[in-house]
Amino acid sequence: MYDFAYHKPSTVADAVKLLADPDAKAVSGGHTLIPALKHRLNKPSALVDLSGIAEMKGIRRAGNAIVIGALTRHVEVADSAEVKAAIPALAYLAGHIGDVQVRNRGTIGGSVANNDPAADYPAAVLGLGATVHTSKRKIAADEFFLGMFTTALEQDEILTAVEFPIPEKAGYAKMKNPASRYVMAGVFVSKGPMGVRVAVNGAGPCVFRQAEMEKALAANWSADAVAGIRQSAEGLNSDIHGSAEYRAHLVTVMAKRAVAAAG
Amino acid sequence: MNVVAPFEGIGASVRRKEDFRFLQGRGAYTDDFNRQGQLHAWILRSPHAHARIRAVDTAKAAAMPGVVAVFTGADMARDNVGGLPCGWQIHNKDGSPMAEPPHPVLAQEKVRHVGDPVAVAIAATREQARDAAEAIVVDYEVLPAAATMEAAQKPGAPVIHDGVPNNLCYDWHIGDKAAVDAAFAGAKHVVTLDLVNNRLIPNAMEPRAALGEYDRTTGEYTLTTTSQNPHVIRLLMGANVLHIPESKLRVVAPDVGGGFGSKIYHYAEEAIVTWAAGKLARPVKWTADRSESFMSDAHGRDHVSHAELALDGNGKILGLRVSTQANMGAYLSTFAPCVPTYLYATLLAGVYTTPVIYCEVKAVFTNTVPVDAYRGAGRPEATFLLERLMDVAAQETGIDRIELRRRNFIPTDAFPYQTPVALQYDSGNYHATLDQALAAADWAGFEARRAEAAKRGKLRGIGCSTYLEACGIAPSAVVGSLGARAGLYEVGTIRVHPTGSVTVLTGAHSHGQGHETTFAQLVADKLGVPVAQVDIVHGDTAKVPFGMGTYGSRSLAVGGSAMMKAMDKIIAKGKRIAAHLMEASVDDIEFDRGTFRVAGTDRTKSLVDISVAAYVPHNYPIEELEPGLEETAFYDPKNFTYPGGCHIAEVEIDPETGKVAVVNFTAVDDVGRVINPMIVEGQVQGGVAQGIGQALLESCVYDANGQLLSGSMMDYTMPRADDLPPVGVATHTTLCTHNPLGVKGCGEVGAIGSPPAVINAVVDALRDYGVRTLDMPATPAKIWQIINGGRRMAAE
Repeated sequence: MYDFAYHKPSTVADAVKLLADPDAKAVSGGHTLIPALKHRLNKPSALVDLSGIAEMKGIRRAGNAIVIGALTRHVEVADSAEVKAAIPALAYLAGHIGDVQVRNRGTIGGSVANNDPAADYPAAVLGLGATVHTSKRKIAADEFFLGMFTTALEQDEILTAVEFPIPEKAGYAKMKNPASRYVMAGVFVSKGPMGVRVAVNGAGPCVFRQAEMEKALAANWSADAVAGIRQSAEGLNSDIHGSAEYRAHLVTVMAKRAVAAAG
Repeated sequence: MNVVAPFEGIGASVRRKEDFRFLQGRGAYTDDFNRQGQLHAWILRSPHAHARIRAVDTAKAAAMPGVVAVFTGADMARDNVGGLPCGWQIHNKDGSPMAEPPHPVLAQEKVRHVGDPVAVAIAATREQARDAAEAIVVDYEVLPAAATMEAAQKPGAPVIHDGVPNNLCYDWHIGDKAAVDAAFAGAKHVVTLDLVNNRLIPNAMEPRAALGEYDRTTGEYTLTTTSQNPHVIRLLMGANVLHIPESKLRVVAPDVGGGFGSKIYHYAEEAIVTWAAGKLARPVKWTADRSESFMSDAHGRDHVSHAELALDGNGKILGLRVSTQANMGAYLSTFAPCVPTYLYATLLAGVYTTPVIYCEVKAVFTNTVPVDAYRGAGRPEATFLLERLMDVAAQETGIDRIELRRRNFIPTDAFPYQTPVALQYDSGNYHATLDQALAAADWAGFEARRAEAAKRGKLRGIGCSTYLEACGIAPSAVVGSLGARAGLYEVGTIRVHPTGSVTVLTGAHSHGQGHETTFAQLVADKLGVPVAQVDIVHGDTAKVPFGMGTYGSRSLAVGGSAMMKAMDKIIAKGKRIAAHLMEASVDDIEFDRGTFRVAGTDRTKSLVDISVAAYVPHNYPIEELEPGLEETAFYDPKNFTYPGGCHIAEVEIDPETGKVAVVNFTAVDDVGRVINPMIVEGQVQGGVAQGIGQALLESCVYDANGQLLSGSMMDYTMPRADDLPPVGVATHTTLCTHNPLGVKGCGEVGAIGSPPAVINAVVDALRDYGVRTLDMPATPAKIWQIINGGRRMAAE
């Protein structure tokens, strides 16, 4: 990797100041950024290590929602009694991200802020209609994910927590890319205070909602309701592991499985 | 008092001695060695598949912090550094030699694949060297690339090497074409099949590394390198590339973390660090990162074949006709030319009595990484072709696939068996391995399992392959007549120390195979010395007299045989010493596991008595016998060895996603005499893992411009633990008839026998979709497309 300055602030306010430098990068678990640095694909002037900020840690229940601090590692979400009781599908998703090493380092904030189209968490954020808390404001999931690796976050804005409304039912199913084990096509479904939501990750350049499936499930919450709905392949990802048509097909299969998992 | 020691000889599952250090992270690999004043090299590699180098400007790089030198191909040319040599020459159909274009260590005028080394920056730290390499300015004139064999053979294709028309390395053949044509003319059935044997990227766990040193006071060079055969590297690099006499060049291959063939070859980086160490009179180290491994380690397989099988009305094979194109990549790697010829076409009889065979092979240059031997080397390609062909033949003749194989097996009483493609098999029992595998896999009960799976919505299939391979390479005179530029014997030294412990020096090299244990067991068995008192030394040209290294499952069959021969010499000498000590005739001395005895008496001497006498010759036949107890033997095998057996795979396909799961795998192999059953089981399991990898997961993909799309673990699917089933491993032994141990070799059988078993099972699972064949790897997307296409056909 190239040389960079290293900062480890202990408050959100200090971190925000350091990120005023447009060439500085925030890092939490580092599972995306560090490999990129090692490959010399990224040349930040400074790394702002968020891991020392206590106020961004922890899982708590707040009324009819679960609030997860941005620095919470995947393994902590997967193992959390609070999350397992309130949103088991979210604990399941966290427990199936990457591998043990990834789950022990990677954080929810890093995953959501990075918005990798093949990451798991964005499906849960959008699929549950969560609210993203930042150092400046609160952003609804529907306004947060803007495109491939692009979110509503500004340069000096830090994602501090994600607030998940507790659904009646939720489920997640994914097909993994055979090589990377990232998501090739995944579907997160939920029914609850935010209505019926179906979020698709992996298949397209950015996580998106499947309106036709939402409508069908609102009328009839069953795997059969989505079995006949075909996702259009237009605009979906295509690579050496699978065509857009294959991914479109998988969206229907994973939607069925997600609904079945939700019960 | 008699203490009964646990049996450690031939047939005992002795725990691997080497694993104590490996499991504790105490192995000593090339990159673990650091020298006083050591510099680090970073290789600048071509980003283009094919380009002319107009100019290289190193001025800025050379002035960067910590940089000691920046070298290009021009610097090497000035020092008369030679090209990387090829160790095997194939001749064309017309008798002319193959095209053998130069393979410069650093590019001269042109680059021919992504990853081709262009320049080297050498600095105090690896990061500084990398910074400097990035600052080298290369002015490329990008040329059209030929990334596939098809593109390379089209009219008007890019010329990769001047003087090599049509990018054709050779056009070779074997067998009697007229006899084969006649057999086809009289055939009841002709079955044809087009196959692709997918290109693989080996990916040993330890990336390649090299450390060059030069001693100004003695003029001696030392290269520490990740090699399967240090003596071969010394020979090739010393004689052909750097012109260093062997007496002044030491090559050390310490612990090596896997090779699978990819660490046989002499690579550019070895020559670069050795040459640079001499020029700078400082040690120079290079260690590949994983991305470099993908684009600089030799790849494997990459055949395209058209095969035709002629059968009579009873399913008896009358003849086989094969036309194969083999990708050589951009340059000839060390043993590349022999892989698709003498390690492939000579295997096309397989386990069958096919009376006539004709095979032609065109080897083609492309703008890709060189291709060479990878676990199995040629034999997996032959086996995949034959065993797929047998299944398709069964389908098309209506004869059960097991029955069709049985009807064509070489009978158990037909050995030695001469095939129509040069090889003479010494032993085997193909019915026995098949029967044992069918029973172990419960082949007969499969339909019930298929029905049960169908209830769960899964498509279940079963497939087998009855394979044979040739290894234990190789008789020097035979391979010499076929174009090898080296002998393929092996060397073993047995050094019995004064107090009776033993050091074995071997030219074989262990990079995961467990030689330190297996070889020690040979000594335990023959000389009666406990395994703990036997040390195996390998991988250092300064310690081991000579050797040809480890590949082609040769270490035990050839290297072990050399040790047995050397131990025979030890025993012969020991008998003479024992005869002297016990005042008996040498003809009356018997030896068994450590004890010399006067026949028919209770007068004995232990090996320790003899070794003490040999090194302290106070009472010794000094007039007729030299002191000491150390013997060296060179063993040149009389033939190849012929392991074979039966692999059975059972798969389940999720028709919704196309994902194939191997749910059962049974391997019954005849590897000859088994020295350590536990190690054999591990070797077979590892090979099967790679075979399943090839069948379902692994695929090297280049785009049309020669960019490597599967250039990292993100896109190249290495098999992982959860991709693999429990593998049931069993052996059925027929002894090799021509080596002293009766061993055949087990290193490659797993990778050779398994891919067609898996694909035959996948095709079987898809029987309702009208699938005749499919190419590896059977990825979810590919299977889904087949299922989806099948459904669409049904709907239309």
